[in-house]
Amino acid sequence: MSHLDLLTFARGSALNWALVLFAAGVVLRLFEILGLGRRPDLAKPRPDSPGSGWRTIVMRSVPKADTLKRDAVTYVSGYTFHIGLLVSIFFFAPHIEFFRSQSGFGWPGLPSALVDALAVIAMVALGVSLAHRITSPVKRMLSDISDYVAWAMTLLPLLTGYLAYHHLLLEYTMMLALHLFSIELLLVLLPFTKLFHAFSLFISRWYNGDISARKGVAS
Amino acid sequence: MSATLEKGINAFKEVIDAPIASFFSSCVRCGMCAEACLFYTETGEAKYTPIHKLEPLRRVWQQEYTLLGGLGKLLGLTRPVTDAELAEWEPLVYDSCTLCGRCSMICPVGNDITYMIRKMREGMAASGHAPQDMVAATTRAITIGSPMGVKWPAVQAQIKHVQADTGIEVPVEREGADYLVLMSSMEIINFPEYLSALSRIFKQAGISWTLAQDAFEATNSGIQIGASDLAGEIVGRIVVAAERLKVKCVISPECGHAYTALRWEGPNLMGRPFGFEVKHILEVLDELHKAGKLKTKGKDQRPLTYHDPCQIARRGGVVEQPRRLLSEVAADFREMSDAGVMNWCCGGGGGVSANSRADSLRLQAFKVKKSQIEATGVQTLITACANCRIVLEEGLEHNHMKVEVIGLTELLAEYLVEDNSTPVPSPAGGRGLG
Amino acid sequence: MKHAQQPDILPGTVGEGLAQRGVTRREFLKLCTTLTALLALPPSMAGAMAEAISKARRQSVIWLSFQECTGCTESITRSHSPTLENLIFDLISLDYHHTLQAASAEAAEHAREQAMKDNDGKYLLIVDGSIPMGNPGFSTIAGISNYDMLMETARGAAAIVAVGTCAAHGGIPRADPNPTGAVSVGDIVKDKPIINVPGCPPIPVVMTGVLAHFLTFGGIPELDAQGRPKSFYGETIHDRCYRRPFYDQGKFAQTFDDEAARQGWCLFKLGCKGPVTYNACATTKWNDGTSFPIQSGHGCIGCSEANFWDAGPLYKALSMPVSATTSMLGAAAAAGAAAGVAVTWHNRSTKAAAKAAHEKMTVQELSREEK
Ligand code: SF4
Ligand code: SF4
Ligand code: SF4
Ligand code: SF4
Repeated sequence: MSHLDLLTFARGSALNWALVLFAAGVVLRLFEILGLGRRPDLAKPRPDSPGSGWRTIVMRSVPKADTLKRDAVTYVSGYTFHIGLLVSIFFFAPHIEFFRSQSGFGWPGLPSALVDALAVIAMVALGVSLAHRITSPVKRMLSDISDYVAWAMTLLPLLTGYLAYHHLLLEYTMMLALHLFSIELLLVLLPFTKLFHAFSLFISRWYNGDISARKGVAS
Repeated sequence: MSATLEKGINAFKEVIDAPIASFFSSCVRCGMCAEACLFYTETGEAKYTPIHKLEPLRRVWQQEYTLLGGLGKLLGLTRPVTDAELAEWEPLVYDSCTLCGRCSMICPVGNDITYMIRKMREGMAASGHAPQDMVAATTRAITIGSPMGVKWPAVQAQIKHVQADTGIEVPVEREGADYLVLMSSMEIINFPEYLSALSRIFKQAGISWTLAQDAFEATNSGIQIGASDLAGEIVGRIVVAAERLKVKCVISPECGHAYTALRWEGPNLMGRPFGFEVKHILEVLDELHKAGKLKTKGKDQRPLTYHDPCQIARRGGVVEQPRRLLSEVAADFREMSDAGVMNWCCGGGGGVSANSRADSLRLQAFKVKKSQIEATGVQTLITACANCRIVLEEGLEHNHMKVEVIGLTELLAEYLVEDNSTPVPSPAGGRGLG
Repeated sequence: MKHAQQPDILPGTVGEGLAQRGVTRREFLKLCTTLTALLALPPSMAGAMAEAISKARRQSVIWLSFQECTGCTESITRSHSPTLENLIFDLISLDYHHTLQAASAEAAEHAREQAMKDNDGKYLLIVDGSIPMGNPGFSTIAGISNYDMLMETARGAAAIVAVGTCAAHGGIPRADPNPTGAVSVGDIVKDKPIINVPGCPPIPVVMTGVLAHFLTFGGIPELDAQGRPKSFYGETIHDRCYRRPFYDQGKFAQTFDDEAARQGWCLFKLGCKGPVTYNACATTKWNDGTSFPIQSGHGCIGCSEANFWDAGPLYKALSMPVSATTSMLGAAAAAGAAAGVAVTWHNRSTKAAAKAAHEKMTVQELSREEK
């Protein structure tokens, strides 16, 4: 396979298939979850509740002081990583071009140097998360192979993206192909691993918030 | 007829719903829930991580309700849940969880872990993996009418005692009364002050209320053990009585899970909404206070703090009421750290205090409460759950702490302005038997 | 440089031909020096090359054209004279080339057969154009299908040069949906050395270089994995592009007529395929070294690469998706929903069955039999 063929495959069929499987997988998983339904709650909810499902969707992102103190590593590395990842995905100018080419609309990006720095920080945070996962007894007990796979699948796009951007290790176009492949792998596996939390988190938080809100508590 | 693994798995399949599927799907195995749970923070043992307590339920979800898990099961790639495994999980699901709901407030992806543990207990109970003490308590609740084996004559004796003490008539079986008052066994046996305090407060407020002969017990072991059929039977007694006496409102006593059982689970267990309201006593007192019907005089000068019972605050939404009431009668009220909806559990809720096997673990978990109380520097601790109160007293005694625990209702009654202004014996001094 | 001896002029050799055309030894040596440079040989080889070529018999060459546009032949013949290309072509014996030869019909075919007979095992076969495998009638010469003619002519060839992207990789005729079932020479001829000289069209001097190499060394130059001479296809256009500094600084033209384009900034965002295209345009250039596409303001379209014809829009950057998938996503979501409905149906029956199996619990059932 020539260089051009590899890249054409990466940005052509492979990308299309990955997006197709991703879309189908996400919809399937949403059905799988929501299709189970829940019994209507016959208990009269409090009329004046400070909470709601929507509120929890937003507010659950704010850590509670006590827990933050108890496990700052998880919070700080988690936050840093997520911010770095989201900025890299959505505010890197070439990515915005990519989205524009797919959807027809775009938005302003952030300076490349900033995105670059955040991507590095995100990778460092991922490294810290892994070290923490291996050393913390709780996390190690909770983890199985899928957690480490998910970790690697998240790191790879960042790493290959970084290397491609800086023309390191391999020719840019080769690294670009690897970058695309790593994203495609991520897209295909996301619906079927814990990475699906990117979607189901909104459902979970909503349910959590709703259950509490009915009782008059903002959770 | 007996409990079997099949019944347990069947129950797991029954309880798994969209919220549970989303919770399991979302879990990122970050372990933050451990940091919220007193059984982990006070022991440092990883196995007490809340989400870990659900592992068998998670596997049933994965195998039965996900496409990939189903394929894995077909191909024999997944281990089925076994009896031995459930036996291993029994202490995790019962002894080390008070259903306090703290983990559910912390989980960053929003998993309501407590909701799941409550549901998981259905399968644990059905498969015969509930702690013996809790089975015994539930059996007593069903056959005798109260988990502690209290019968109506014991209540009658207390009524007599209260009437003699206060000179106020305690109404029984009064049809058309506004309120039906319930009690917990704990109050009947250990804290008779509650009924006397209530009589005086209601007298002053001019409230029409009644006790019911066949529905005085508010606690519900069926909820704690996780047997909805039995829980429904227990709730049903109260509903029948409330409907028979045509009351407008049923007052749940100073007991956390009784409130949850009746207020939040009750209509769902019965399969129909209630025609009457359910309120916690603190809500009623707060309303009376707001309406100017609860008049107090003077303030307690002792520094004191308030322990939020989990089921009343975090899982019940009654947070501001006790504080408003306390501000009327306490001169030096000091809030604990994490007070309110993030308060730490006493360690004995959710049936843990009824499970003697969990005693030493519970006392270990009490350390967090101990340090919370110590930080406030008070020697008077107010709360609004008779179960918390027993557990707190035991924990304080175990730690040789000279702290007195008082029910909020009693504290209020102590400063009540009474029409007949006859001197009233101070009920606050009475320690329970527990 | 060593002073090479004047080669003896033997009858029927290239040397004789050169002498007849009045090419001086100095001129010829200069040509050989250029060729050694192109072939990435040490300059000291020029003398040896000159000697070898002079002494070589005029090589018999058969040129077959199949599904092609004649662009390759044009590329070579339209070069300005006097050129290396012309010289070399004059030095070989082009025994068959249906575009260039004077003979036609029977006589033409006869010339081919005669050359094959006379030079069996020694003639060089040059092919341009792809071969249609869909139907032998899609392309024929004198009633002979391309496939038959290729197989027949290839049999006695010393080596084959597949000239142009069509012969080397299938080319434009092979573009999706490939209506003629076009294939490359290498796809069907497996038992002869094949030198691929892709390009649409290939650079004339690259062809000349390959021929010179063959004449000099009697063999084929070092090839890469795709059968291309490494000396010409060893680097990408991008590796040697004069706009590369702009690329490295992230300076890109956004449109063909913006200020950046006028400043000669990099054309990557306008779809330049230079980074993945292995060819010599950026060094040899075209039309007597005048210019090459990027110098003229247009990105490289990757014409020397296999499948360049199906590698996405010409003006889309290499980092952009080949095609928009929005419509497919709708279908994918629908498929996911269909699967989801099936799974939900299954889940609901599982749950309903569990409900049905539930018998109202009694306190006795809280204990196990053996307890
Ligand atoms: S509900 Fe409370 S006791 Fe139970 S696992 Fe969660 S934090 Fe721990
Ligand atoms: S805190 Fe939530 S996401 Fe993290 S391990 Fe616990 S349940 Fe899973
Ligand atoms: S114009 Fe094309 S070949 Fe030249 S530097 Fe830019 S991308 Fe590379
Ligand atoms: S610049 Fe690219 S497209 Fe143009 S002739 Fe050269 S290889 Fe072909």
